[in-house]
Amino acid sequence: MDSFSNHDLETHAVQDLDGYRGALGGLTRRQFLKYCTGVAATLGLSSLMGIRIAEAATAAKRPPVIWLSAQECTGCTESLLRAYHPTLETLILDMISLDYHEALCSGAGHQAEAYKAKSMKENWGKFVLVVDGSIPTKDGGIYCMVAGKPILEAVKEAAEGAAAIIGIGSCASWGGVPSSDPNPTHAKPVHEVLPGKTVINIPGCPPNPYNFLSTVLYLLTFGKPPALDAKNRPKFAYGRLIHENCERRPHFDAGRFALEFGDYGHRQGFCLYKIGCKGPETHANCPTIGFGDVGEGNWPVGIGHPCFGCTEQGVGFTKPLHALAKVQTYTPPTAFPAVNAPKGEGVSPAAAAVVAGVAGLAVGAGAMALRGMDGGADSSADQHGDDR
Amino acid sequence: MTAITHRPLGGHIVTKPFLILGVFVLIAAYFILRRFLFGMGDVSNMSNGYPIGTWVVLDVVIGTAFGCGGFAMALLIYIFNRKAYHPLMRPALLGGVFGYTLAGLAVMIDLGRYWNAFNLLMPWYAQPNSVIFEVALCVMAYITVLWLEFWPAFLERIPSEFKQRFGLDKLYVFLKRYMYVLVALGVLLPTMHQSSLGSVLLILGYKLSPLWNTTWLPLLYLISALAMGYGVVMLEATLVNRAFKTPSEAALFARLARVAAGLLVGFLLLRWGDLTYRGHLGLAFVGDWDGNLFLIETVLFLAPIFVLLSRRRASQRWQFLAAVCLLAAGSLYRLDSYLMAVQPGNGWTYFPSAPELLITIGVVCLEIMLYLLFIKTLPVLPGSTAESHGRPS
Repeated sequence: MDSFSNHDLETHAVQDLDGYRGALGGLTRRQFLKYCTGVAATLGLSSLMGIRIAEAATAAKRPPVIWLSAQECTGCTESLLRAYHPTLETLILDMISLDYHEALCSGAGHQAEAYKAKSMKENWGKFVLVVDGSIPTKDGGIYCMVAGKPILEAVKEAAEGAAAIIGIGSCASWGGVPSSDPNPTHAKPVHEVLPGKTVINIPGCPPNPYNFLSTVLYLLTFGKPPALDAKNRPKFAYGRLIHENCERRPHFDAGRFALEFGDYGHRQGFCLYKIGCKGPETHANCPTIGFGDVGEGNWPVGIGHPCFGCTEQGVGFTKPLHALAKVQTYTPPTAFPAVNAPKGEGVSPAAAAVVAGVAGLAVGAGAMALRGMDGGADSSADQHGDDR
Repeated sequence: MTAITHRPLGGHIVTKPFLILGVFVLIAAYFILRRFLFGMGDVSNMSNGYPIGTWVVLDVVIGTAFGCGGFAMALLIYIFNRKAYHPLMRPALLGGVFGYTLAGLAVMIDLGRYWNAFNLLMPWYAQPNSVIFEVALCVMAYITVLWLEFWPAFLERIPSEFKQRFGLDKLYVFLKRYMYVLVALGVLLPTMHQSSLGSVLLILGYKLSPLWNTTWLPLLYLISALAMGYGVVMLEATLVNRAFKTPSEAALFARLARVAAGLLVGFLLLRWGDLTYRGHLGLAFVGDWDGNLFLIETVLFLAPIFVLLSRRRASQRWQFLAAVCLLAAGSLYRLDSYLMAVQPGNGWTYFPSAPELLITIGVVCLEIMLYLLFIKTLPVLPGSTAESHGRPS
């Protein structure tokens, strides 16, 4: 707290933020509503949403979220903007208070930085910190500067006061593209620059927005992170290999593979393992939830492209696209039996003996029973004659 | 039923045949134990290509048809008011009790995940469009009805002071008064599931030869079940008559024979007419496996018709032969349509393993043992005189 208080905060750049006028950033009510409607139009929302944005901006306190962007491409944010259940505006207007996000915040420059500092100060120990992008560490982190300060310092500073830290995207989770060889900036994932802190990782390039939203909603609802695996990824999303739930898995098991793009197998929707699909060594829920809310099968493998393993450290951006995956379950055999190979069990000598015995017994007992009928010689018909 | 007096046969229970049957039951018990300890693959040859094996076909599909004696006789006696056949009712019912109860036992052995079977009774899991679901529920209900229908035989055996102390007399009167409800159910339920056993085959599609696969399968199964019901009543009565020297009921059967023959004629007319109409009759004469099986079935169906409609039907010997032929025909029809004429393709073959067969044989032996035990100790067989007509012991 002390280190934060001593920091050079430009709170003087904005007026009294607690008053109504202050909350509107010095705008009149009319200007404010016009502005909110403009924001709604920018987000591609209906003009009615402007009113809701205004309501949300002045509503009672919601859990504050500070979103820091390091070496990133904004793909994670773009992915998040395309969520529909709940929509991003439901999240940031009704459920959380997104106090700082370089791509989405309304303020700019000193105003935005001052608001971030104010929010962190007010909510010290209570806000959720989200980081996208990897953190450059070479030369003191000068390769990613925000507001004249290395992002490395900004992340460390914010992490001190964060109630929970989420690393969104492959870059924040394990380094991603910037950390690929030769890694000129010595990019590191968030959890490596914050030793001793628990960072929830949501890898993916970009990650499925619902994996992020579900994690945030879980945090808000239960006040603790969901169950995490050894790499601190939520188990509900990253607990299984893509291979396990892939809709093309039966083709893998049956030995039907596409061998090059556009060949017969590829057009038939066969397994993409032999053209480099990394599904067998990548943990993610892509096959079960898909992307873009447009129905089943809408994910890379579903549309005919091999998975390149974006969520998995050491696979995505590291292994060549055409390299075979290291299958973690079991590797396919080199030869498969023909579909019409003889299967099942035929007649065994014991079974034939049993059938013959029963038949013989039935005929014999039947004959014995017949012998005494209609006043014939007296007999004691065996009950086996009941040839059921 | 009250007009007829039934008496236990008496005599020794543990006889030589009883012990021989017991040995087969013990062998089956050993393999049933193995099935529950090590799984179905340990004792059975069933596979993904042939998921229905001998346990279902012999013990359930054919076994319940053998158990249709009670159904067929109830239909004749109570629905068509042929009271003359009343003495045959209770033995036929007993055959039905064991035929169905042991079919239920066989299903539990056959179910891969038998511990989930109770879910059948959970309405929220019900799949009302499933034929198998209908068969399962209907057979369960019918087993219950059969035991209730048979319950008076137990009550008649209980000492009267015991009955008075526990108010069992009232239960007996109550059962007698409302027996018509059970009888009605006992006719309705087999009508439903015996036809459904045929409907089950409709999903086999191309895997079953057109010689068997027809939309008339439910009716064909129902008719053949009824005919087999009369056949088994004749067979059982003849054998019991021979073994225990009871008065012959051949005269009664001579009239029953015409009913059975009529059903068989109807069955053959429907089957051949349908085949001709669909244009598949030629398949019967191409001389291959399916065609020959069909012809053997037809001969076995025709033989009892000629015997039962001729003057020979008065002879006990010919009745016995006709009944055996009839039951063999019905059994072969079921065996063919469920197993022998089914070609799942993709190289699948199936023949039951010896343990699999021994389990089926053991179940049948258990059925015969229980039948013997019950007719000796309970009032099942009709008796007009007070003297014991059991074997001298």
